[in-house]
Amino acid sequence: MQFWLTQTLNSLALGGLLLLLSSGFALIFGLMRIANLTHGALFMIGAYVAASVARAGWGFAMAVVLAGLATAAIGGLFERLVLRRLAGNAQAQVLATLGLSFIAADLCLVLWGGDPIPVSPPAFLSGPASLFGFSFPSYRLAVIAVALVAAVVLYLLLERTRLGARIRAGVDDMPMARAVGIRASALFTSVFCLGAMLAGLGGAFGGPMLSAYPGLDADMLPLALIVVILGGVGSLMGTFIASFIIGFVYTFGTALVPDLAYVILFLPMILVLAFRPTGLLGGARA
Amino acid sequence: MKATIPGLLLLAALALLPAVSGEYYVNLGSQMLIAVIFASSLNLLVGYAGLTSLGHAAYLGLSAYIAAWLALRLGLGHAMAAPLTLLATTAIGGIFGWIALRASGLSFLMLTLALSQVVWGLAYRWTSVTNGDNGLSGLTRPAPFGIDMENSNAYYWFVLSITAVVLVVVGRLVNSPFGASLRGTRDQARRMSSLGYNVWAIRWCAFVGASFVGAVAGLLYVYFHKYVHPSVLSVTASAEVLLSVIAGGAGTLAGPAVGAVLVVLLKNYASGYVERWNMLLGAVFVFIVLVMPHGIVPGARSLLARLKEKRA
Amino acid sequence: MTIDRRSFIAAAATAGAALAAPSLVRSQGTAEPLRLGLLTAKTGPFASGGLDMERGLHSYLAANDQRLGGRKVELIVADTGGVPSSARTKTQELVERERAQVLMGPLAAFEALATDDYMRARKIPVFPVAAAEDMTQRKANPWLFRASSTSAQCAHPLADYCAKKLKYKRMVLVADDIAYGHEMTAGFQRVFEEAGGKVVQKLFPPLTAPDYGSFLAQLNRDADAVFLGFAGSNGFRFIRQFNEYGLRGKLALVGGMTALDEAVLRNMGDEALGIVTVNWYSAELANPVNAKFAGAFRKAYGYDPGFYAACTHVSASVLDAALEPLKGQPFDRESLRTSLQKTNASTARGPVKFDAWGNVVGNVYVRTVERKDGRLVNSIIETYPDVSQFWTYDPKKFLAEPVYSRDWPPARNLAA
Repeated sequence: MQFWLTQTLNSLALGGLLLLLSSGFALIFGLMRIANLTHGALFMIGAYVAASVARAGWGFAMAVVLAGLATAAIGGLFERLVLRRLAGNAQAQVLATLGLSFIAADLCLVLWGGDPIPVSPPAFLSGPASLFGFSFPSYRLAVIAVALVAAVVLYLLLERTRLGARIRAGVDDMPMARAVGIRASALFTSVFCLGAMLAGLGGAFGGPMLSAYPGLDADMLPLALIVVILGGVGSLMGTFIASFIIGFVYTFGTALVPDLAYVILFLPMILVLAFRPTGLLGGARA
Repeated sequence: MKATIPGLLLLAALALLPAVSGEYYVNLGSQMLIAVIFASSLNLLVGYAGLTSLGHAAYLGLSAYIAAWLALRLGLGHAMAAPLTLLATTAIGGIFGWIALRASGLSFLMLTLALSQVVWGLAYRWTSVTNGDNGLSGLTRPAPFGIDMENSNAYYWFVLSITAVVLVVVGRLVNSPFGASLRGTRDQARRMSSLGYNVWAIRWCAFVGASFVGAVAGLLYVYFHKYVHPSVLSVTASAEVLLSVIAGGAGTLAGPAVGAVLVVLLKNYASGYVERWNMLLGAVFVFIVLVMPHGIVPGARSLLARLKEKRA
Repeated sequence: MTIDRRSFIAAAATAGAALAAPSLVRSQGTAEPLRLGLLTAKTGPFASGGLDMERGLHSYLAANDQRLGGRKVELIVADTGGVPSSARTKTQELVERERAQVLMGPLAAFEALATDDYMRARKIPVFPVAAAEDMTQRKANPWLFRASSTSAQCAHPLADYCAKKLKYKRMVLVADDIAYGHEMTAGFQRVFEEAGGKVVQKLFPPLTAPDYGSFLAQLNRDADAVFLGFAGSNGFRFIRQFNEYGLRGKLALVGGMTALDEAVLRNMGDEALGIVTVNWYSAELANPVNAKFAGAFRKAYGYDPGFYAACTHVSASVLDAALEPLKGQPFDRESLRTSLQKTNASTARGPVKFDAWGNVVGNVYVRTVERKDGRLVNSIIETYPDVSQFWTYDPKKFLAEPVYSRDWPPARNLAA
């Protein structure tokens, strides 16, 4: 019984982290049709920045905030200076985003060295919580909560604010949105910043669970891609559902069928895409 | 053809490399040529079919592993193992293509990535066949017509001749009616479809062709290294060849070759002089994308055209 | 073909540059300085260990006037990135372009396997860091001298210690899902079960598992202890998560030779205290060579030397000792090999000699983590002298059996 409960909570925590990681990617791709392959690197930068800020003694909340701001700034600069010029040229975008991720990864290696750096969670969350007679890390419970809050905030942002309305208009029909006066260039930069910030926040929150280490970007990027594609492009709800599906599949899969540990992440995606190429909740365009 | 003379001159120049360089450079040359073949194979998909794949390392890797397995576990000689390897890898390419082409755009990319990751996972885990992360070693190079390929120069000339053949064949294919219809499906899929072309079948043929040429690269790879490890199937390997193609200029014949040479030079040669060669690689890519967003070869061509205009 | 003039010129220029490049190669001149090549991984997942390898070697050379056996050393460092194909290319670069006469490294087992046939064909004396068993067993390379350890060489004595001193009866073995992890746990299991213990569970998380939550949930709670066969930073991450799940105190932890390496220990806190590990080295060793080494290393780099730094330092000690009797003669690899086979060197890990297969026979230390002078150290609590790669088994019989792997020796006591 304990096994099932623990694994369920593990799945939820992993799913929550994936949601934080992938929602930014989904936003950017949904609106701008840019597959931001730097997303994993932004997550890693968020984790490293949070680690340093926490180590300097400024507290976890500050670490998260600064991580988000740092990645938002990097994202915004990159979009303005580089990606803006590559509109419509998908292959050049691949080159640019991957190129930036190489630079970012090597820079992190130079700045922080090759060892993993633990991120200390806030003191009140660093021990195990006692639930129904067994222990579970309190921090992971907090991650589940944070992810749900983030999902709600994003939902409200998209549905209840003007920025959100503009984003939805752009996702549905960009030419028409331009025709009614929505300034695409400013919108693109804001969304890219928002997406990058989400990645950085994901890294900051993920830090205490995963630590910041070289290679974190390469480990996280495929996960973001899987979640967004499985959920369906253009649908944040799809991303939400897919995050938790992948969380469950990975956690239970590695425990119950260890021989398939390496492929367990991809099998559901292959199956879904083979039968429903637009993903679970995707729109007509893929 | 007007390109034949420069092509032959280039071939002759490259053939002279062993006469003027030490063994290290000859070996580096072999590696570059293998990368050129591999990049050209991906270019069929990325450049001419307009299908960006992040899983192409699967074909090089499958070919390398199958060849190794046939030689080590079944004891087959090269004359038998090579064609069987090409056949098997291409067949798998056909199946993967069938799966991947059910989607397009980013979903296609993800499917190719997923399929290659499944193969990677198999290579890691199926230790009874692949020896897991210890890899398969103890392989030999073929000896066609009795020529000993263990000699670096001989192997270099062998790879060079195959590269020349591959480029000629790919060039012919791309300039044929099939190549034209392939480019048609890239640029105007709907129109092609309404004109009666079977867009899916054309793309699938391109996929199979790409996996075949990728398998050729895989054979040359495993003969060169005489060792195969799951890392040959990694996302990094797929990403590197994709970047080579795009950076060099997808959709041109010379582009992937230029891109492949650039990446091999930076990885293997520059890394001896520049400690932060990864950053350099990334910076070069970003630079190319800013200055020549369609790749080096198209960028160089337009630069040349502009210079001609200025003079006129 | 549509190669136009422009691309032809570009290609010809590249070819021209390649043709001109040989003139950049240094002329060799006299055979006086020893050309030593170091194959290490300064980028990629092994970067931390790779950097330590370089530092350890620099440390030795700096303390010995850049000389080994009286010869001036010219050190060339190559970065393999932890990728086997790059390892081979870099080996070729060191041997063919830089004319290296002796090599140290590579770090990872698959890098060593990828370069083995090349080094054998070229007859290059090599001191690997990689721990792959067969390199000094069933596929022994006569030019290879490993001064560190095979995967299981240190696990055997630890299993003995766990069964006899710590009196554990049931253990869980967890290691990275790579050959190194498989070989190490296989060796541990064998000795542990022969001493009366039972291995009730074996878990192999993928090397790049982002999270150990699902593995921690599966841990058999009835066991006495968990053996950690991780490399690099994974051990540290596992232990942290182990504590987060409230398992601290419920199950004891013991670690293999790379689980709590000094390089990893410096980033840990109280959660590491009291964990017993095994290694052929500890920065706390009291012999005169190590006293100087550890002190100088700490002063230069701010942390204690660990597995990787010690490996190259010890290899340099051995090479130094082997070259001593050959002073004044031009470099000859055959005489170096003969000298190495007879060498009995005093190194930072203690006395080192080689068995007939090129692997070290030396001390192995059982350590526990303590806090000393405000930092965490691996204090030595037991020494097993003269440990060979075959433990107490007969080499011929050992070699007739299959190599250690995930399935051999078979685990017969796994709880359902």
